[in-house]
Amino acid sequence: MTRKVGIVGYGAHIPRYRIKVEEIAKTWGADAPSYKRGLELWEKSVPPPDCDAITLAVEAAKRALKRAGIKGSQISSMYVGSESHPYAVKPSGTVVAEAIGAVPFCRCADYEFACKAGTEAMYTTLMLVKSGDIEYGMAIAADTSQGAPGDALEYSASAGAAAFVMGAENIIAEVEYTTSFMTDTPDFWRREHEFYPQHGGRYTGEPAYFKHSVGAAKSLFEKSGTKPSDFQWAVFHQPNGKFPMRVGQMLGFKKEQMERGRLTPRLGNTYSGASPLGLTAILDVAKPGDRIFMVSYGSGAGSDGFIWRVTERMKEVQNITTQTFTLLDEKKFYVDYGTYAKFRRKIIKND
Amino acid sequence: MFPARVAREMPHRYRLEAAKCRNCGAVFFPHRLICRECGHREFDTINISAIGKLISYTIIHTPASQFKDESPFALGICEFPEGVKITAQVVDIAAADIKTGMSLQIEFRRVQTDGHAGVIGYGYKFVPVI
Amino acid sequence: MRDVAIVGVGMQKWGELWEKSFRDLFVEAALNAISDTKVSKIDHMYIGCMTGGLFVGQEHVGSIMADYLGQRNLAATRVESACASGGMALRCGFVEVASGMSDIVLVGGVEKMTDVSGDGATYALATAADQEYEVFHGATFPGLYALMARAYMDRYGATRDQLSAVAVKNHDNGLNNPNAQYQMKLTVQQVNESVMVADPLRILDCSPITDGAAALILCPLSRAKEFSDKPPIKIIGCGMATDSIALHDRKSLTSLDAVRIAGERALKMAGKTINDINVTEVHDCFTIAEIIVSEALGMFPAGKGALACVNGETRVEGKFPINTSGGLKSKGHPVGATGVAQAIEIVHQLHGEAGKRQVKNAKVGMTQNMGGSGGSSVVHIMEVA
Repeated sequence: MTRKVGIVGYGAHIPRYRIKVEEIAKTWGADAPSYKRGLELWEKSVPPPDCDAITLAVEAAKRALKRAGIKGSQISSMYVGSESHPYAVKPSGTVVAEAIGAVPFCRCADYEFACKAGTEAMYTTLMLVKSGDIEYGMAIAADTSQGAPGDALEYSASAGAAAFVMGAENIIAEVEYTTSFMTDTPDFWRREHEFYPQHGGRYTGEPAYFKHSVGAAKSLFEKSGTKPSDFQWAVFHQPNGKFPMRVGQMLGFKKEQMERGRLTPRLGNTYSGASPLGLTAILDVAKPGDRIFMVSYGSGAGSDGFIWRVTERMKEVQNITTQTFTLLDEKKFYVDYGTYAKFRRKIIKND
Repeated sequence: MFPARVAREMPHRYRLEAAKCRNCGAVFFPHRLICRECGHREFDTINISAIGKLISYTIIHTPASQFKDESPFALGICEFPEGVKITAQVVDIAAADIKTGMSLQIEFRRVQTDGHAGVIGYGYKFVPVI
Repeated sequence: MRDVAIVGVGMQKWGELWEKSFRDLFVEAALNAISDTKVSKIDHMYIGCMTGGLFVGQEHVGSIMADYLGQRNLAATRVESACASGGMALRCGFVEVASGMSDIVLVGGVEKMTDVSGDGATYALATAADQEYEVFHGATFPGLYALMARAYMDRYGATRDQLSAVAVKNHDNGLNNPNAQYQMKLTVQQVNESVMVADPLRILDCSPITDGAAALILCPLSRAKEFSDKPPIKIIGCGMATDSIALHDRKSLTSLDAVRIAGERALKMAGKTINDINVTEVHDCFTIAEIIVSEALGMFPAGKGALACVNGETRVEGKFPINTSGGLKSKGHPVGATGVAQAIEIVHQLHGEAGKRQVKNAKVGMTQNMGGSGGSSVVHIMEVA
């Protein structure tokens, strides 16, 4: 199969509300500076009650269609990856497909694999196009994840979505290589009917995040015969501000290559959206010919790797619609912990 | 909020589909079976633009029970270039910053749910233009 | 078409009437109306009631009320046009007699609103708006009228004080109406500072939740003397119109076309102009409603209705006395009964029986009843025969 495939359009969506680490720390009697240093994170996005993974996915999808320059009816597959699908049973993808007019001739099912649900959806969609069975498909990574009150993850669990139209025509970022590195590693999980996830503390580091990210990265280097200096950009899964920098440096990447795509310090961890949103921020400024090294990570565990090469057409689409840094940095509203708890339905009510 | 009732309005609530009279061009949201202006019975489907102008708004302090957690919230009527006016909540903006005449954009949001176990009613709200 | 007269009226004091059931409310008012005349046999009954179903789970209102009124096999039905149900019942009764179909028609209205919670009442009332395109998004009635109020204030520069003046005037009138739900004086400051309901409307801009009923007896004018010694009140004009149900589909947020057209139709039928009308009951579900209605009926030019009230032009002694009964605001608003009670107030005025709220030399009166946010309106004009 030699059909060239890649991203034809991309879009992001981030809710406007933010909460600072200080605000969360104050409520739980924790030391804010330690958290900020330890996580390299100072604020995160907060979804208001009328936003969920589906609504974020729809807005990101609309932007992706604008950049792709195609109609919703041209989309033949819709895969939404999330760990906060609004329904336990009823797909998120059907709502998004209906909202963009991709129905009824469109393949659909939802993806789950912790924070790599979205990148798996991206891979599948690329391969569907590559097989020639479809012309355009949409892959979306969207989350509004919860962190248990007072837990370390409460400082970082945030909300955001990134959507990609994959196709074989009018490509803006061609996928050159993909890989995946996956094992059964229970570093972070949530049983059915539990409201908050649990995790293995330090077990989530070396044997989980690093092992799989590095495993996927090395596989990518081997498949492609490349080294870090061949890339203008690198983006990794970013559950906090520190891990992506550390894994990047372990692999030989420089800070300048990774800074643009590392959004967590002021966005928080958008779970499935993490590395995909980082990718959208890079695509907003990438130049034709740039190569992007991307490795996601999802607990449970696995990492998906991609090498992208930006095409000439990228220049035409970057400014068609809202860029990721605009969504991230402009017109923000800061909320206090009470409002945050109300928004995130953490307050026990009778009904 | 029986599923059939929610599903029926999806073309309007999700895609802002409206009906444009083939005879006189009048636009109706939601669709109609007969044109109120000229009585014609055939229509083309069009999609309402994303950006409209706010022609009036209020801040509701005593909503129906499904909206109690959002109270107080802003409700507004926006006029769109296609000639239709739509009522929806105005969100992501401080009450003091809402001004009649401002441009607002349509965004896909949860509008109401049938309790915590029922169907989620998605639809449109107005947000400041990004 | 025959001439139609009102020969008797009846209602009770309105309020939160916990002891009175839906059926007792209606029957009480109906019996009061019947006792106000020498009528013994009724030919037909029309009952205005917005929603017995949502408030007390009771539909088939014609059947149950005929039954409890002791009129077995009476022809009867419920008429609905949201808050204009009472006025519509009167129109139906008028047509029934005018056409020659029936001679003695009882027209009544009733609503029992306190057997549900505040939420239940809000839900029931909201069925008068566009369910899927207004209510689905969180619109409430105060919210819809607030949208009109803001548009009106933006366009014409009307002030918060001017809205409040309407509530103050209606409460002043209500003090002189023994049947009014609220008999208390209000000041502009009290209204201005009352709790916000839907910006800019405050709780004292809004008519209340009320239990109540009202009834009147119609007969051909030619037979009026058989049933009452009082001067018969002849219905000389009747006009009805609808407008789009959703506020956003109206031609303007600051005018009420259904009212204007219903008013024009009634005036044309009566052969009168608005300047011939000595006293009017209008549908002041919210203070802004009275202002816009007064303009729609032609009393004041567009944008001048708010100032007219402040200037006293709508007081009992003014050029266009409005709501001498206290209006919906002070008298109360049991939805289906309102339109009938408006007619009762005009009958009292034309009979010279309105006591301290009597308009001098009232010869011709008008009632204007409205549904929802202006989706329907019905206007009647009456004079002493």
